[in-house]
Amino acid sequence: MSSALVGTLVIQGGRVIDPANGVDGIRTVVLRDGRVAEVGERVDAPRDARVIDAKGRWVTPGFVDLHVHLREPGQEYKETVQTGARAAAAGGFTAICAMPNTLPPNDNASVTELVLARAAAAGAARVYPIGCITRGRKGEDLAEYGELRAAGCVAVSDDGSPVGSSALMRRALEYARAFALPVAVHEEDLQLVGKGVMNEGAAATRLGLQGNPVQAEEVMVLRDIALADLTGGRLHICHISSAGSVRAVREAKRRGLAVTAEASPHHLSLSDGDLVASDYDTDFKMNPPLRSAADVRAVQEGLADGTIDAIATDHAPHAVEDKKVEFDAAANGILGLETAFPVVLDLCRRGVLTERRMVEALTAGACRCFGLPGGTLSPGAPADVAVLDPAREWVVDPHALYSRSRNTPWKGRRLAGRATHTIVGGRVVHEDGGAR
Amino acid sequence: MIGRHRHLIGLEGLSREEILQVLDLATSMKEVLSRPVKKVPSLRGKTVVNLFFESSTRTRSSFEIAAKVLSADALNWTSTGSSVSKGETLLDTAKNLEAMRPDVLVVRHAASGAPNFLARHVGCAVVSAGDGAHEHPTQGLLDCFTLRERLGTLEGRTVVIVGDISHSRVARSDLHSMTKLGARVRLCGPPTMIPKGVEELGATVHHDLRGAVDGADAVVMLRIQHERIGDPLIPNTREYSKYWGLNARKAAEWLKPSAVILHPGPINRGVELSSDVADGPHSVILDQVQNGVAVRMAILYLLAGGAPEGARTEKV
Amino acid sequence: MNAEAVGRAVRRIAREVLDRARDAGAKESLAFVGVRRGGVHLAERLRDEIGRATGAVPPMGTLDIALYRDDLAQRGVAPVVGPTDIRFPLEGRIIVLADDVLYTGRTVRAALDELVDFGRPRQVWLAVLVDRGGRELPIAADFVGARLTVPEDEDVQVRWREEGAAEDAVVVRARRRP
Repeated sequence: MSSALVGTLVIQGGRVIDPANGVDGIRTVVLRDGRVAEVGERVDAPRDARVIDAKGRWVTPGFVDLHVHLREPGQEYKETVQTGARAAAAGGFTAICAMPNTLPPNDNASVTELVLARAAAAGAARVYPIGCITRGRKGEDLAEYGELRAAGCVAVSDDGSPVGSSALMRRALEYARAFALPVAVHEEDLQLVGKGVMNEGAAATRLGLQGNPVQAEEVMVLRDIALADLTGGRLHICHISSAGSVRAVREAKRRGLAVTAEASPHHLSLSDGDLVASDYDTDFKMNPPLRSAADVRAVQEGLADGTIDAIATDHAPHAVEDKKVEFDAAANGILGLETAFPVVLDLCRRGVLTERRMVEALTAGACRCFGLPGGTLSPGAPADVAVLDPAREWVVDPHALYSRSRNTPWKGRRLAGRATHTIVGGRVVHEDGGAR
Repeated sequence: MIGRHRHLIGLEGLSREEILQVLDLATSMKEVLSRPVKKVPSLRGKTVVNLFFESSTRTRSSFEIAAKVLSADALNWTSTGSSVSKGETLLDTAKNLEAMRPDVLVVRHAASGAPNFLARHVGCAVVSAGDGAHEHPTQGLLDCFTLRERLGTLEGRTVVIVGDISHSRVARSDLHSMTKLGARVRLCGPPTMIPKGVEELGATVHHDLRGAVDGADAVVMLRIQHERIGDPLIPNTREYSKYWGLNARKAAEWLKPSAVILHPGPINRGVELSSDVADGPHSVILDQVQNGVAVRMAILYLLAGGAPEGARTEKV
Repeated sequence: MNAEAVGRAVRRIAREVLDRARDAGAKESLAFVGVRRGGVHLAERLRDEIGRATGAVPPMGTLDIALYRDDLAQRGVAPVVGPTDIRFPLEGRIIVLADDVLYTGRTVRAALDELVDFGRPRQVWLAVLVDRGGRELPIAADFVGARLTVPEDEDVQVRWREEGAAEDAVVVRARRRP
């Protein structure tokens, strides 16, 4: 696999989409010494430069995924930092944020440092660790945000679990302000969810599965928005899935609160009706679950109008033995890194989203949520770039993915859209000539 | 095969014709049960395995008798005390049993979709004896059979199902099959027991028992679980019984004289049904049990009898 | 065979059955069991003939052999099961088993197995309208309407008035390929 030395890299002839700079047109991009040197219409390539011909392709800032489960330390049989970072690069992502629900959880500097070390050794996408809100993710005491920030965490989250105590959540939002850490929340009222394994509604009734109502998410979103108002803290809503939650975030933004939100490709495209059609396929089981068609439309609209700032995959690898069981017993979660681009691009084709908005939500919009560098092709920015072929068709073969796991609902489907080159810090970390 | 179906996992996917085919066959099977020698050689040499992860003496015995009347060999495999309690997965259990070459696997499991899962991974025919709250297809069929026997037809009849619909697989199977056969189905229970969106399955919802059974031709009473820890749907069974239970006075005053009462069993006497109603003139509960064997014979005959592919030219 | 020939054959079989029953001193013990479907019509006509001749109508039942077939394992689809209806005890009776066409003998074998599960007749006689040879089991009819030699690839069908045919007939035609 080639990885060019950090010299000069020129990407020619592609359609550059850089929403942060208002660029959408054929440009040449020059990367030098790990940074963006220039983006222009008439640029000559230096003689010692490597040239990438991007004719017919898109050239965008590398995608940034705010929500990825890398499973290391503790569950390396599902994924490791290395396999996850490689899968990210294959999907056009140059940076991913690693959720802390590992074993042990990332509530201290040593786990953070481990993740960073593994990422550096992997040499694929950048990895930004996210620390826990509470020690051990137990929901009782605050973790040490100062230590986490200093070690390299970019946000705190107990993702996988909500913070049940409103008082504790208030303190978390307040204390995190001292270290400019956004608090990323997994919203569900566990009592309302009960034993629910899919969205509550006609689909669950038909399948005879226990339901988890949208209100289980909404009551917590409303609560946390109120606490953000109380504390002035930075609140980020993870994997938003329901119309009511989108409405609440829209209203919060209108009032000027520091609330951001992300939505996953699956909540933007799949509904509980797709689960019914799948005949209890556990690759359609995740938390929050696939919601009604009306909720999906509301999430799409929320992304289009900016209520939802970012697309984040919630990439959640699980081993076969955790998924190849009866639906009730299956683990929650699906892969997302390698299928995100074509799945969301399909929304553009259907007129739900503009291409520019999509790119923004995968780049600058995401970076803004956590204050991350990158997400633009401004001169001087890190040379993190994705070259994408929006027309390249491929069939999703779960065994051929870079991820160590195989749990994807798009298995066997023909998708259109693929990253051909992913460049991190000026180095090509993924290249796909189309042989797959 | 039942029509194009190699397995019987639910009634939602069966056509009206396929259901009637089973009911007509069950009529012939019921005749066999009235003979001096209650045995026919049709499934001789075939093996039926009962794979029950939830305890159930009645349904399991019913399948066992059905298999034996057809001269098949029946093997019972229950989960307590077996490898499942040692942590063996559902799939491993089924694969191990499949290695013994059963012709039909009858499965009861607490997880909805478990028979669907098994059907994808084993080679023999799969019959669901109840999965979670999803379906209990043989119960639905025997309820239809019983009603057809007593009422002549289900076309245009009104059937009321009373109880915890949200957790009832019997309610769903009855609802799917009876509407396909032309009945109007009403569901009745406290609001906490009616699942969201159930109208989309073709039923109307009532919370008042008296109104629900007005003019009804049949009433299916469901068993109420005494406790549902952590998620109470009713304050207690006393209140449930007062507002949604049937006793002799209510039966006499609210039901048509020709109306019949069904119950999938086992009955919580005094809760959903008083003893005098369970044993009274409207009740067809014992018919249901007998019809259950006939219906299960019909299912086993259709799914186990015959090679999976091809038919020779017949000479007689 | 045309309708007239069928009628003659039925009457002749009825006479032969009655004669043999009289010789055995068992005229009152006769009962008819028709094998579904064609045998049922033959049994009914024989029963009616004997009823006319003796003034007493013998009891009659019908038998569906689907559950006793020996070829269930080879068939793609389980055969349709029709109703079996025998309401009299078989003990002490001479059962005249009736079928319209006797060919391999497998149907009669199945019918006999089913019959004895209902009880123990004194004797069983077999009456068929047409015997076309081609036996695969050692089964022989006691009373035969007509013997026909029919090639292996052709079918013998009996059309009965009771099933909507314009008139009774026995027809031979090429077997339809499945």
